[in-house]
Amino acid sequence: MERKIYLDNASTTYVSNEVLNEMIPCFNTIYGNAGSLHSFGRDAVAIIDRARDRVKDAINASKANEIYFTSGGTEADNWAILGVARANVNKGKHIITSKIEHHAVLHACQQLEKEGFEVTYLPVDENGLVSLPDLLHAIRKDTTLISIMTVNNEVGTIQNIKAIAKIAHDYGIYFHTDAVQAIGHVKMDVQDMEIDLMSMSSHKIHGPKGVGALYIKNGVRIDNITYGGQDQERGKRAGTENVPGIAGFGKAIEIAVRNQLVNNRKLKNIRDYFLEKLKEKVEFFQINGHPHQKSNAILNISFYGIEGESVMMLLDLAGICVSTASACTSKSLLPSHVLQAMGVPDEIAQGSIRISFGTNISKSDVDYVVDEIQKVVAKLRAISPIQPGRLN
Amino acid sequence: MYSKTVIDRFQNPRNAGGMHGANAIGQVGNAACGDIMKMYLKINDNGVIENAKFKTFGCCAAIASTDMACDLIKGKTIDEALKVTNKDVLKLLGELPPHKIHCSLMAEESIRAAIEDYYKRREKEIKKGSKKNA
Repeated sequence: MERKIYLDNASTTYVSNEVLNEMIPCFNTIYGNAGSLHSFGRDAVAIIDRARDRVKDAINASKANEIYFTSGGTEADNWAILGVARANVNKGKHIITSKIEHHAVLHACQQLEKEGFEVTYLPVDENGLVSLPDLLHAIRKDTTLISIMTVNNEVGTIQNIKAIAKIAHDYGIYFHTDAVQAIGHVKMDVQDMEIDLMSMSSHKIHGPKGVGALYIKNGVRIDNITYGGQDQERGKRAGTENVPGIAGFGKAIEIAVRNQLVNNRKLKNIRDYFLEKLKEKVEFFQINGHPHQKSNAILNISFYGIEGESVMMLLDLAGICVSTASACTSKSLLPSHVLQAMGVPDEIAQGSIRISFGTNISKSDVDYVVDEIQKVVAKLRAISPIQPGRLN
Repeated sequence: MYSKTVIDRFQNPRNAGGMHGANAIGQVGNAACGDIMKMYLKINDNGVIENAKFKTFGCCAAIASTDMACDLIKGKTIDEALKVTNKDVLKLLGELPPHKIHCSLMAEESIRAAIEDYYKRREKEIKKGSKKNA
């Protein structure tokens, strides 16, 4: 059988058996609508309540009613940005974010600009970090929200969230973080880190797709962005609750946070072994992202003189699944906005792939992957007009 | 996303690599946009393209397009080669996704760039020759 190795866990993950078992009864046994007053409905509510408690515990929220289930990370990001900006126009119409946010944040900000809001997109340094002095300079009297992601999805850099949140609160500004790539990798304690709003997604942590949550600290002024359901999610998020998804997400986040330390150690071992082997076998590449303040799961590599999509495609033909954020996968011809913001030269940014490890990867898998990378890179360099040694 | 022919040409390009003794070399594109195509031609005294090779920095579609373009112009006269367009490349490749059509256009441009280089070289030779005669 052809060997298949999945190294794209930052895109999505498989649903674990424990999670699947938690979900199955919700499809055909406890299938009531949580809005119904009868026993089938009440049973569904009980499932959702349990999941909400699990999410609350996983992020150390003070109350379960601060957790609002959504259709995923994108909706949570959209809601936080649009909802807080629109609800606080009496204070001002300025928000601050960074240039390396996920498009779920950036495109929501662009929508706000169309509505007459002003948005400051903070630059990052070569490691992908937002500078605190830059943030302080950007703050204005009419700033209502600061939104900075915890872990960057392309390069894995971890921001100084606690310090950023502290600054936001010193100036009476709400702080939101997209923690989609952070949950299960970085300890997220919303009380300790003073987070007002936090986006989460289920399918990055071995839960099902189509579900996530927004943590909204009690007292935060936020408008709705969905309309219709009067009582769903306490009148804030309309739409029939995705009971199986919510049940699965609750279980997934409980497991992810419980196993965080063990998984992090495993992932670090896998990543370090991979890098050691790669350095042995391949020349002329660089790792993009912070040297140490980063997620153990994500590795963004630029191979000089060749283009990322070609690397990804040839690896795919060898049964290895990685991803690329380079020009050719997106419809625009521009290199990744994250690498651009970090000042990576275009020709190096075009040669980047993202490898995101799972804990199920063995040393023999890594050996196979590095051997294939060596072959693929040599093959593409042989037909490239750019000499890799001349770059850098 | 890609046709079987595109994948095959990408995985096993027939005309990849540089060429010793090429008398026409054209390069188009830039790394910022993600594609650089370099075309090497050997054109004989009768103006027939005896051989065509390429080197490409770029995606799957870019590599497949230049490989196919080489096939299309081999054995053709310069005039015939200049009539090859990206539509011919696309036809042979099967199809390309809409945002990859520019790869076939660049392959067409790389042929033209190489032929332009051939004429420039000829011009220089003729000038040198006329100086010698004078």
